[in-house]
Amino acid sequence: MAFDYDKYIRPGKLPHIWCPGCGHGIVMKGLIRAIDSLGLDKNNTAIVSGIGCASRLPGYIDCCTLHTAHGRAAAFATGVKMAKPEMNVILCGGDGDGTAIGGNHFIHACRRNIDMTYIIMNNNIYGMTGGQFSPCTPTGAKASTTPYGNPDPAFDVAKLAIGAGATFVARGTAYHATQIDKLIAEAIQHKGFSVVEILDDCPTTYGRRNKFKSVIEMMNRLKDIAVPVKAAEKMTPEQLEGKVLTGVLYKQEKPEYTTEYAKVIERAKGAK
Amino acid sequence: MAKKVAFMQGNEAGAHGALYAGCKFFAGYPITPSTEVAEVMSAELPKVGGKFIQMEDEIGAMAALIGASLTGTKALTSTSGPGFSLKQENIGYACITEVPCVIFNVMRGGPSTGMPTGPSQSDIMSAKWGTHGDHPAICLVPASVQEIFEETVRAFNLSEKYRTPVTIMPDEIVAHMRERIVFPEPGELEVINRTAPSVPPEKYKPYDTSFGDVPPLAAFGTNYRFHVTGLNKMEDGFPTTKAAIVQAEEERQVRKVEANADDIIKYEEYLMDDADIVVVAFGSTSRSARFAVNEARKQGIKAGLFRLITFWPFPEKQLLALSKKVKAFITPEMNLGMCTGVVKGCIEGNAPVHGIFRVDGEPINPGQILDKMKEVK
Repeated sequence: MAFDYDKYIRPGKLPHIWCPGCGHGIVMKGLIRAIDSLGLDKNNTAIVSGIGCASRLPGYIDCCTLHTAHGRAAAFATGVKMAKPEMNVILCGGDGDGTAIGGNHFIHACRRNIDMTYIIMNNNIYGMTGGQFSPCTPTGAKASTTPYGNPDPAFDVAKLAIGAGATFVARGTAYHATQIDKLIAEAIQHKGFSVVEILDDCPTTYGRRNKFKSVIEMMNRLKDIAVPVKAAEKMTPEQLEGKVLTGVLYKQEKPEYTTEYAKVIERAKGAK
Repeated sequence: MAKKVAFMQGNEAGAHGALYAGCKFFAGYPITPSTEVAEVMSAELPKVGGKFIQMEDEIGAMAALIGASLTGTKALTSTSGPGFSLKQENIGYACITEVPCVIFNVMRGGPSTGMPTGPSQSDIMSAKWGTHGDHPAICLVPASVQEIFEETVRAFNLSEKYRTPVTIMPDEIVAHMRERIVFPEPGELEVINRTAPSVPPEKYKPYDTSFGDVPPLAAFGTNYRFHVTGLNKMEDGFPTTKAAIVQAEEERQVRKVEANADDIIKYEEYLMDDADIVVVAFGSTSRSARFAVNEARKQGIKAGLFRLITFWPFPEKQLLALSKKVKAFITPEMNLGMCTGVVKGCIEGNAPVHGIFRVDGEPINPGQILDKMKEVK
């Protein structure tokens, strides 16, 4: 039997705003399947986002949803989680929102290891504003503000998250649709700050400027560059040139922030 | 039983006022001269099961405040000028989404880093216009340690009652001053909590105006699921660009405060019955003004003090009425004429307004005000 997405989609809120060929809808369906597979209580689940195309995702899902200011999702979500640690808190947004204007909140959420899951849809561009380069735009690529090619080096979102202290980091792609829900579900189950980067496509503002002839070509690129972590172990550096690792990249058990704060409360109550 | 009395600093009194009001969440970032509020909250909140978090920056602190408040938790942050500038982004977010929260902003000089330990009263325009767009503003300006406690409680009450951020702004002198404080007993001061929805979850709309200009607010993590966005929104909380709805919603958000100005505005009139020279002052400057009024009276000058306790909404009606019967206003303030301009703007030219402005990090002393009274009498 086909999966019933309507159980989680708010009535009357579709069609979504995303362009034909955009991968965000694939990610949203993956998130919904993940929520369903874990049996999360919709009343007890908050989905928090910033600004941009990807950040419109929460509005479609029938949970407690918070569409905040540009880059601030992690900070708003931290307030929700601290005040009500029993809630499942899921963040989502794009690469510009999360790693540029929201970079500070992102790394500090990683550092605290607060029990939330951040889904970053990385389409290498600011789509909503018309295709300006982001910290994840490849060097040399064309954007509306890099007409002569992008001089900036790009962030590796997963490495950034690991370096900042996130304790679960995974990567998938919009092409590998059936893997997305599994990665997100594992991330949500992980106790601590988890980051799931989904390599995504923006045919409208990135593809057409960078010589992709079709959405299919963009999707095929995602298929071609993705190498599962296990498969990569058997590959040479030469074979891995230009490839991107997918799957669970990093997982570690470390004290979780709200649990640690509960101990602060116990100590304070015991203090004379 | 004797009431609890203490010798306490203004910032500490603000923290205790917040706890009295039922505050259970604090998010902040270190900044002089407000840090003592955060220090007290970090020690006291966990004792009552509350949460304290020091965020990565001022913007994040304001964001966390709103997130916490959406779970039904009363939330406070403290800051000062440069931090207040950074918080403006999400103060606007709290305005348009109508999420209660309290900002304790201790006024120091500016612009930019200014004089971090010097007093100032130059954030009063930021409190109204700091964030972009049209929006309501409630701003309280206490003048003593006791009043900081009581006005912090009132700040929470107004925030909860009108579903809007409220700024309480002592200047650095009042915030760092130590004075006697008599703690109110629990129940002695009114404590207001936001109105919860009375309709079942499937009927709930977060901006349902059939309940009046201040719709009930549900909490995340209960069985009410709703959407919150900083975009212009419809009564169900979802974005809209429909002109008529956006216009009506924007007007309602401002109206819910402006139409209730009489409930929000608080001021003190001192020796005003026969006064023909009226000092309009607030915060520590009003303390110098009171001293000057007493001295003037000894010298036969009919001086009085109109002390602002609420700065926004501004008591326009009251000052207009006054302007028809007084000879002159004197407006001492630690900025270059912000309050003076507001006074001029509401008295229709009925009386001259003489400003006394200081931005050198020194308080305005009573002698300066007395000299001005003699000059204009």
